[in-house]
Amino acid sequence: MDKPIIEIENLSKLYTLGSIGATSLRESVEALWAKLRGQPHPNGKSLTARFAPEQVGPVPHTFWALRDISFAVQPGEVIGLIGQNGAGKSTLLKILSRITEPTKGRAILRGRVASLLEVGTGFHPELTGRDNIYLNGAILGMKHAEITRKFDEIVAFAEVEDFIDTPVKRYSSGMHLRLAFAVAAHLEPEILLVDEVLSVGDAAFQKKCLGKMGDVARQGRTVLVVSHNMASILSLCQRAVMLKYGTVARVGPVQEIVHAYIETSKPEETVALSERYDREGDGSVRYESISIENADGGATIRTGGRCKVTIRYKSAKPVRNARFLLTIYDLTHVSLFQLDTEATGGLPEVLPAEGTLICETDRLGVTPGRCYVNLDLIHGHQLADRITYAAYFDVEVDDFYGTGKLPKREWTMTVMKHRWRSADPAAASGEAA
Amino acid sequence: MKPEPSAAAGSVTLAYHETIIEPDQSWLRVHWGQLWEYRDLLGLLVHREFASKYKQTILGPAWFILQPLMTSVIYTIFMGRVAKMPTDGIPPVLFYLCNQLGWNYLQQNLMTGGAIFTNNAGLFGKVYFPRLVMPLSVVLSNLFACALQMLSFLVIYGFYVLIVPGATGLHLGLWALLTPVLYLMTGALSLGICLWMSSLTAKYRDLTQVLQLVVQLWMFASPVLYPLSRFPAKWRWVAEINPMTAILEAFRICLLGTGTLTPASAASSLAGTAILLLTGILVFQRTERTFIDTV
Repeated sequence: MDKPIIEIENLSKLYTLGSIGATSLRESVEALWAKLRGQPHPNGKSLTARFAPEQVGPVPHTFWALRDISFAVQPGEVIGLIGQNGAGKSTLLKILSRITEPTKGRAILRGRVASLLEVGTGFHPELTGRDNIYLNGAILGMKHAEITRKFDEIVAFAEVEDFIDTPVKRYSSGMHLRLAFAVAAHLEPEILLVDEVLSVGDAAFQKKCLGKMGDVARQGRTVLVVSHNMASILSLCQRAVMLKYGTVARVGPVQEIVHAYIETSKPEETVALSERYDREGDGSVRYESISIENADGGATIRTGGRCKVTIRYKSAKPVRNARFLLTIYDLTHVSLFQLDTEATGGLPEVLPAEGTLICETDRLGVTPGRCYVNLDLIHGHQLADRITYAAYFDVEVDDFYGTGKLPKREWTMTVMKHRWRSADPAAASGEAA
Repeated sequence: MKPEPSAAAGSVTLAYHETIIEPDQSWLRVHWGQLWEYRDLLGLLVHREFASKYKQTILGPAWFILQPLMTSVIYTIFMGRVAKMPTDGIPPVLFYLCNQLGWNYLQQNLMTGGAIFTNNAGLFGKVYFPRLVMPLSVVLSNLFACALQMLSFLVIYGFYVLIVPGATGLHLGLWALLTPVLYLMTGALSLGICLWMSSLTAKYRDLTQVLQLVVQLWMFASPVLYPLSRFPAKWRWVAEINPMTAILEAFRICLLGTGTLTPASAASSLAGTAILLLTGILVFQRTERTFIDTV
């Protein structure tokens, strides 16, 4: 048995919160002044609102983004890293990519590493496609000769043959993305670290990239993938690691871990939104609670029924220019639909500092099964609050078509009323020839 | 695309490569080997720097020639005609052009390389490469402007020697071959300062504003607008501490044949450059390891 290609031992990372480590002299002076007058740090934010108790660090304004992470990856494995926002996935990837250092513990990587945390890193708009391929390749750690060897293949993959000597600022955004992907897809390291990069681009090209990644994996390379998309984790990986509040919650075969993740990430009815630690956003307006019921106020939601969603929010002052956005997902993190105050309009321009909003929907064209709700709140163009898996509801079977037949969630996610008829006049008049 | 035999031979087995990632608080951990491994990137970044720089201006590379010429004319009018500052018997335009050879290089380096971390936070947050590649690429790419400037200096110089009567005493001797060494000195000195400034501005963003002021003041304290020989004798030691003094005077000695190079100023220039560069590398590599946490 070979030694593990990636070996992680008690890796921990302590962060100092936000701008506490002053970013300008003025802030340093302000902090000193506040200290002299016995006031709290001007940039200090309450820790308890954002992190779980076990994540709070030893010194004020610090928290453990990762705590005693240990696991090993065997050569040739494709392993998925999953967990909610703030669980430490990106921090772990950043440490393994050597973008930042751990606070404690260590990791051993036995092979040439390439990390892909973004596509098109270092692309310069003034340079031609050709120059950017070389530059981007070199930034990702490829040698000049290696890029030259794969150059034609990269250009063909990106489908930009005719524009290769044109500055990329004249590229369409699709071409730009394809070129960036193409360079990344042709990396041939022994260990590849990938973060969520496959979630952009058009579907056909995404598929092409997934195929290329699969090829890379089949060639015996080791891949560590971070993604929120359970479908791509399931299709790419054999094993998965689930992180929770900066620690390893579970390691095992991918199906088992994805299932466990979906189970644990579903909200417990008893946990109020105000007790959720894993929020994002500046907190200027926050969700307080959410409840989902049918139009009559009952708990059962059926395919073809109407829904009533009630949310409560809270802010320090009256809320102006806010957008409440609810995204409904299925188990594999595919978005089913959105309830968006900006899309519909109809809310008063200024809302009270604390209030309740009610959203009533039309007939729900979703097949029976579980749905999860993610909440976003944009306040004055800034993300104010984001809670993933804030709530869930089960869509129950109903006689939607009036025939007693209804497709299952595995077959399709949506239903709609539709009619069939024969275009043949003889058939229409009931006289089959 | 037809398969070539060389393509198959290209897939060589890679040498065994092991990376150990652990916290390291030492000051003396510079990966020289990695810097060498990433030399291709250095070349490409140099290319990117100047390609993007002159593609965005209307006049392109001509700008690098015009700017020092215009500055020299302005200096000649104000310093020469109005303030009547002597120039060691050298035609003022040549005197100021020559001083700018060294000074502009330093100034360009500090202006474009004084905030490496904050300017590249996006890139540094997404991919690892030895961060020293970045300031090195800035200092190297600015040499391109130096070459153009040197060319325009030589043209004006030729004009004076061949056409302007009475401009005797000008002769381009073997000493002129030493100018690359002077560029190397200027490059090393400005690299040292860039490394320090980049590390400081990573923590204190507003220092970027201060940098501009400091460079301006430094110019007045250096023999750019005047020769060292005109510096009040009582304050001569101040000028001699300045590591740029010896370099600027040496530029004039090499190219124009006059200048004041004392052993003291030469020593302070060499020592200052060495100290700034070495400490700069240490401070920079210490900052690079966790800089991204403070963004």
